[in-house]
Amino acid sequence: MKEKINIILTGVGGQGVITAANILGKTAVKAKINVFVSEVHGMAQRGGSVNCTVRMGDVSGPLVASGDADAIISTEPVEALRYIHYSNKKTKIITSINPVIPFTVSTGEEKYPDIDKLFKELSFYGKLYKIDAIKIAKEAGAIITKNIVMLGALAGSGVLPFKEDILLDTILENIPAKYKEMNKKAFLGGFKAVKE
Amino acid sequence: MLGNEAIVRGALEAGVDVATTYPGTPSSEIADTFSYIAKSFTKQNKNPKFYFEYSTNEKVALEVAGAASISGLRSLTCMKHVGLNVASDTFMTYMYIGTRGGHIIVTADDPSCHSSQNEQDNRYYALFGGAPMLEPSTPMEAKEMTRIGFEISEELKSPILLRTTTRLNHARGTVELKNLQKPRKKGHFEKNPMWVTTPAIARARHPELLKMLETAEKISEKSEFNQTFNIGKPTDWGIVTSGVSFNYVKEAAEDLKLNVRILKLGMTHPLPRMMFENFIKSCKNIVVVEELEPILENQLKAMAFDISSNVKIYGKSTGHFSRLYEYNPNLVMDAFSKIFKVENPIYIPPTSKIKIPRRPPALCPGCPHRATYYAAKKAQPKGVIYPTDIGCYTLGREKPLEMADLLLCMGSNAGTACGLAVATDEKIISFMGDSTFFHSGIPPIIDAAHHNHDVVITVLDNRTTAMTGHQPHPGNDFDGMGRPAKRIFTEEVVKGCGIELVEIVNPNDIKETTKAFKRALDFKGPAVVVSKSPCILLENRDKKKRGEKIPIYQINQEKCQRCKTCIGRFGCPALYFGKEGSVMIDESQCNGCGNCADICPFGAIYVKEEK
Repeated sequence: MKEKINIILTGVGGQGVITAANILGKTAVKAKINVFVSEVHGMAQRGGSVNCTVRMGDVSGPLVASGDADAIISTEPVEALRYIHYSNKKTKIITSINPVIPFTVSTGEEKYPDIDKLFKELSFYGKLYKIDAIKIAKEAGAIITKNIVMLGALAGSGVLPFKEDILLDTILENIPAKYKEMNKKAFLGGFKAVKE
Repeated sequence: MLGNEAIVRGALEAGVDVATTYPGTPSSEIADTFSYIAKSFTKQNKNPKFYFEYSTNEKVALEVAGAASISGLRSLTCMKHVGLNVASDTFMTYMYIGTRGGHIIVTADDPSCHSSQNEQDNRYYALFGGAPMLEPSTPMEAKEMTRIGFEISEELKSPILLRTTTRLNHARGTVELKNLQKPRKKGHFEKNPMWVTTPAIARARHPELLKMLETAEKISEKSEFNQTFNIGKPTDWGIVTSGVSFNYVKEAAEDLKLNVRILKLGMTHPLPRMMFENFIKSCKNIVVVEELEPILENQLKAMAFDISSNVKIYGKSTGHFSRLYEYNPNLVMDAFSKIFKVENPIYIPPTSKIKIPRRPPALCPGCPHRATYYAAKKAQPKGVIYPTDIGCYTLGREKPLEMADLLLCMGSNAGTACGLAVATDEKIISFMGDSTFFHSGIPPIIDAAHHNHDVVITVLDNRTTAMTGHQPHPGNDFDGMGRPAKRIFTEEVVKGCGIELVEIVNPNDIKETTKAFKRALDFKGPAVVVSKSPCILLENRDKKKRGEKIPIYQINQEKCQRCKTCIGRFGCPALYFGKEGSVMIDESQCNGCGNCADICPFGAIYVKEEK
């Protein structure tokens, strides 16, 4: 594996970004890889922008330097651009195509950028993968599995230093039995989508 | 393991007997983990073997745990950095009398103010009060320092500080576990005049405190947490660092292939003088890397002066590092590249030309605070100053409500309300939550009653400490261990404080709430509005548990006149502009409070279905 692997996870409070970061951390421990995760709590959680980092390998702390991300995964397209300073031309930018409109836009104060221009901009910064996470999550059984779709896509992109089975096992260990099948479908849906 | 969880693990490995807190980001998960463990024991009718409480405020928390330690038990008190300001009166004299059982006081600092009203550096409290202090860099160290900290505290017969920062509290890393130790159950208070700090005793105790610090310095010299080691080849360049800054230093030095000697400090008060002097003698240049205040830097300079060293010291005074905000890998790499004159390899991609809309946190859809705010504004739309307080409701400062004008700290709303009433001719409506009310909101209400200040003080009673993660408080009929507890009613306390006009309202009845605010504003003298409605997140969670449905509202586009009352004045985040200026409701966000339907002048909002 690469000496250091840096992953940025972003999205909107309540979309399961922290849970996803946490699962990646647990998986690394299981694969016996040194890992640090940083989270945001408190004030930032109330529907605000959320940003977590996961670092694996020969690392001493959880924060990532600019231009040093191997992957940015985002459950919301604008949020991928908000943290784009972590990217370099080789960074895999994996984003859900489904916007969540911030209230600064819904009250008419600000504007949500044109979605096609936004994707074009993202593809300038790195290798862009667009995932229809809501569609895949709905097909799996519930929109709430959107974050698991994104983890599947991350695994499919080949950035992770462990096999996708270990990640899927860790996901399934952390949820009640009745939701296991749904989450498995979501994960595999994301895994497949990123390869298309 | 989360840094905060690691601290709990360390305490359990040391057999902690008593843990107390008042919740505050970034410390909250320490107490929440204790609470989670205690509750899981309570559910099985078992004794968790330790006592835990969410205290009324940080001062009370420190006193409860302090007395337990004085009685020979091992205690831990955790709080956010500003919490130690509240507890500082207790803290400063507690350091004089010391303790018997180990006592660790966790202060969780928040450089960059991620969730705080300031970024004060609480390492000053160690110097101020004379408290030995440990500073972990990683969750693993946090666990070990907590465990060993109890031994240090008992050896010194003094409480000690464990100082963390957000990037430690909310960082996850691997932690190796040791066995749990059994707590001691009951303490014993030995009567002794020494515990009563009359002036004569205080004068006798102060030299004892200084003696304790001399012993602590010896521990610091030998501590496994203070180490020197080389990165690269032996050299006369040194770096002094502590806490999370060490992580950035180590990676930057390795990535830049520097040859440096590192002095990594974990016990940062008192500093190991011999170790420092030897380090200074072995270097011609020393770089100090520490977030916020130049505390290590200034002490290092003083020690270099004492041994007449002319070592060159780089840090904040040379302008290479800032006293502001938290550090990160970029910042440390950039400073090192300037000091060591090497190329900075960091790639910073160009800034995007696309303007990104802000996404600040907001009051949740269905939050009862929004309804209270709306009603208060309707009662008097102009000429009102709104002092506010610490909690979710601070988010009322955002458009379209804009109902937060002055904020200092916990409980400040009512005190500043009194001052504004004295100083101005404006109407004053202040806001505080129920947890804040119990914490420090009561004394200023007594001030308002006693001096007859013409203010309206609002208690937003949502029956929880919502912002920090729904911790219970004295207004609940259960405690942090999941046991039944005496419920204290906010309105009864307010009446007991001598307030003559107390309006009790349900904010979801916006018409009646507006009338209540009007009566309160018309009243000459202090009035208190207690606005009672549970946090919508808890309410909906309970409804789902009971199998009840939550209504989903929609807008009848034919009835809607696009007056924008709902979106432009009420400002629920579940509302948004659709095509051609139409207003829509995002069903996935709607929490079904129905307040938008009540305020709609055209009756265009209706229940579509239940989820």
